[in-house]
Amino acid sequence: MDPGRDFDVIALTRCYRFPAAHALRRPDRDEAWNHRVYGKCANRAGHGHDYGLEVSVAGPVHPRTGRIAPVERIDALVGERVLERFGYCLLNDDPAFAEVVPTAENIVRVIHDELAVPLQEASDARLVRVRLHETRRNSFVYGELR
Amino acid sequence: MPGVRLTRVAHFSSSLRYWNPELSDEENRALFGRRAETHGHNYRLEVTLQGEPDPVTGMVMDLKDLQEILDAEIMQRFDHRDLNADTPFFDKLPPTPENLLMAIHRQLTAVLPDGLLASIRLEEDAETFVEWIQDGTST
Repeated sequence: MDPGRDFDVIALTRCYRFPAAHALRRPDRDEAWNHRVYGKCANRAGHGHDYGLEVSVAGPVHPRTGRIAPVERIDALVGERVLERFGYCLLNDDPAFAEVVPTAENIVRVIHDELAVPLQEASDARLVRVRLHETRRNSFVYGELR
Repeated sequence: MPGVRLTRVAHFSSSLRYWNPELSDEENRALFGRRAETHGHNYRLEVTLQGEPDPVTGMVMDLKDLQEILDAEIMQRFDHRDLNADTPFFDKLPPTPENLLMAIHRQLTAVLPDGLLASIRLEEDAETFVEWIQDGTST
């Protein structure tokens, strides 16, 4: 029932938002280095964004449900693993960013890695792409789907 | 895939309920919850073609011809219609975005020149969209 050939992809995406603060700074470098590299994003007390998050799963469409995966289960997992954890907090305080700077590049990878296994276990769908909109002008994608 | 990608957007508004006619009323309500009740969406559709621009016209496909196809295959079938009652696609399947996407894919591949259709994106609402992507994975 899938159209096209085996390597064509049908993906289902759910979109979310979470407001979070971060500061782009390396604590092991001095103030001058941080400001040279990160500019205004290095502000010591931080700044914040309404992050937009798109989570995409791919897999066969189940004949009974007509769905790739149950949307409620995806929402519950993303809510618990991402929105509750990273929303309304300073990302630098999260253990995921103890060793790496919470740039959007690193955030999108952390979110992908946080979701990949539980999503696979909660449905037979595969996490194929995570897109993070940091502002209306920046977005970042990680995953196998173009 | 070589060439240039071009995307045309269409909007249509339809009523529907997620309903699998092969299942009982109770099973449908248990499976689909509120979506088993009649409701509606403003769908947004992106159709993307990919090909080498014609050396004379400079076009992958004349957008006017593409719009005629979208009018005939999408707008006339779906816009201001009920997906369950007014279309032949959901006699055996629920009109989930996945199934609607596959119906659209079938209609478009039947009339578009071979190999031109590269991807389709169907947005059901602000939080949900589905995509069909030819050769979609980069791995």
